[in-house]
Amino acid sequence: MIYELLSKYFIYWLIFTLFLLGIYGMLEKRNLMKKIMGMNIMQVSVIAFFLVLGQKAGGTLPILITGVTDVDKYVNPLPHALMLTAIVVSLSTTGVALALLMRIKGIYGAIEEDEVIRRMNK
Amino acid sequence: MREQLLVLIVVVPLMASLIAPLLAYLSKRLVRGFAVLAILVAHLSAVLSLKEVLSQGTLYYHFGGWAPPWGIEYVLDPLSAGLAVLISFISLMALIYSKTELEEVTWIRRGVFYALFLLSTTGLLGMIVTGDVFNLYVFLEISSLSTYALIASGGTKAIFAAFRYLVIGTIGGTFYLLGVGYLYAVTGTLNMADLAVRIQPVLDSPPVITAVALMIVGLGIKMALFPLHGWLPDAHTYAPTPISAIISGIMIKVPAYVMFRIFYFIMGSGEGPVPSALTVIGCIGAAGIIYGSIMAIAQKEFKRILAYSSMAQIGYIAVGFAIGNIYGIIGALFHILNHAVMKSCLFLIAGAVKWKTGEYTIDKIILVSKKLPITMGAFLVAAFSMVGLPPTAGFFSKWYLVLGAFEAGKWPFIVVIVLSSLLNAVYFFRIIENVYLRKGTGTEDTPAIRKLELPITMLVPILLLGAGILLIGVFNEQIIAQVIQYAVPGGGF
Repeated sequence: MIYELLSKYFIYWLIFTLFLLGIYGMLEKRNLMKKIMGMNIMQVSVIAFFLVLGQKAGGTLPILITGVTDVDKYVNPLPHALMLTAIVVSLSTTGVALALLMRIKGIYGAIEEDEVIRRMNK
Repeated sequence: MREQLLVLIVVVPLMASLIAPLLAYLSKRLVRGFAVLAILVAHLSAVLSLKEVLSQGTLYYHFGGWAPPWGIEYVLDPLSAGLAVLISFISLMALIYSKTELEEVTWIRRGVFYALFLLSTTGLLGMIVTGDVFNLYVFLEISSLSTYALIASGGTKAIFAAFRYLVIGTIGGTFYLLGVGYLYAVTGTLNMADLAVRIQPVLDSPPVITAVALMIVGLGIKMALFPLHGWLPDAHTYAPTPISAIISGIMIKVPAYVMFRIFYFIMGSGEGPVPSALTVIGCIGAAGIIYGSIMAIAQKEFKRILAYSSMAQIGYIAVGFAIGNIYGIIGALFHILNHAVMKSCLFLIAGAVKWKTGEYTIDKIILVSKKLPITMGAFLVAAFSMVGLPPTAGFFSKWYLVLGAFEAGKWPFIVVIVLSSLLNAVYFFRIIENVYLRKGTGTEDTPAIRKLELPITMLVPILLLGAGILLIGVFNEQIIAQVIQYAVPGGGF
């Protein structure tokens, strides 16, 4: 049972750990840059989750090889296409977050969260 | 042309937002007229599509000619069409209002503001019109990202509020995406109609229960349900006024619509994990109503009061969906319409008061009714509607909610709704007292009678929305019988 758990589902446990690490980073760290990094880690774990969904035992890359038309021989390409979109969304979000962070640094001179709040309320 | 009307709703603002910065380089008036024209075209397409849907049934549009479930399709049924009309109208009002925000800015800033505004409207309209759950995630992120940047244009305090909204909102979108992943893993399809068929055999399996829980959290963050509302007060208070009106009026309603679609149309409200999910949503909605109303009483800034009030009103919609019978759903859908019109009107009035007097706390705006008589008249109508006095629109949506709760036998909801109406009355009447009745100590200069109290681009949206509140209240039976009744799953009465 342990063997089956580790071989079939171990990858999902790793993805779950990565997801929780990302959320932990966003909650616990005070530096705003580390929060952005935590957000990125969380999004990457969701991307990996989708990709692992599409795997098949014995499947190869989903590019058509002439003569081989059996569906079981190819990995499911749909999650890969969806995750391209998700990667672009993650990239844009990181870009906007970094631009806002640069403005926060320019106005308040700090990127620690409690320091910024203190200077904001002064 | 008729079969392309459905797509014009989304494509026209999208193309316009790409062209807007170029036009801003050429001339100030050109970009303004162009943006207003784009949203007007989207609004007219939505109105014509609504008429066609009501007479002919659901409209479909397959992108690229690929039939579903392989391709993405846009589906327009009465619920989507009605919401598309509402969203494009409120967006148009806010765009007209935003002329005074952009008086002395550089051409780049003006062009980018209009581009982001049009993108935000595209995202919201796309979320309503699409028939594919992953396409919905794409439009959700489009509207959210443009909103983060628009909020950040509101000054120095707004930037941190926008950053906080960005981090929290991205968590919400990611949870929704994870829920979509689980549903895809179990059924293998992303099309909403196909999902509704394929998910029925597996409704009680652990992946679907996980997906429901993740979607409640994800959409709850975007919708600002009670414990997940942390981004809301700061984002609404410090954003520029038309953007506050957009976020509070329509951006927090569309995830509620998505939740309604997933729980009632795709999964069916009687089976599997959905009844427990609806009970949870009802409880946290009720808690949010009370919490929002009490926190609103404690605030001193005008826009912050309205922000906490928005949080409470989303609780009404959540309670309406949780009640489950036809009156509850009609009440919730009608409240989406009402609150969008009321709250945008209130935020635009708050911005007008700040523009005219420079004050933004309610104890300093004494006797503003002498300077802004027409605007404060609209404020009176909107405040009565929020409290729930007939014949304004707010009374009827609360009436339907209480009727639905009474028929379903859920007494705590009735107590919560009535109590929150009293709490709403407390803070709105305090503002009315300050504005109309308090004796001022300073000199109040009587304005010249000829000049209009506000620029016409600020006055017209406020008056249209205020008149809309009264009209929706008086004609509520026609609206419900002709549009909302068909939006309920399973047909009408």
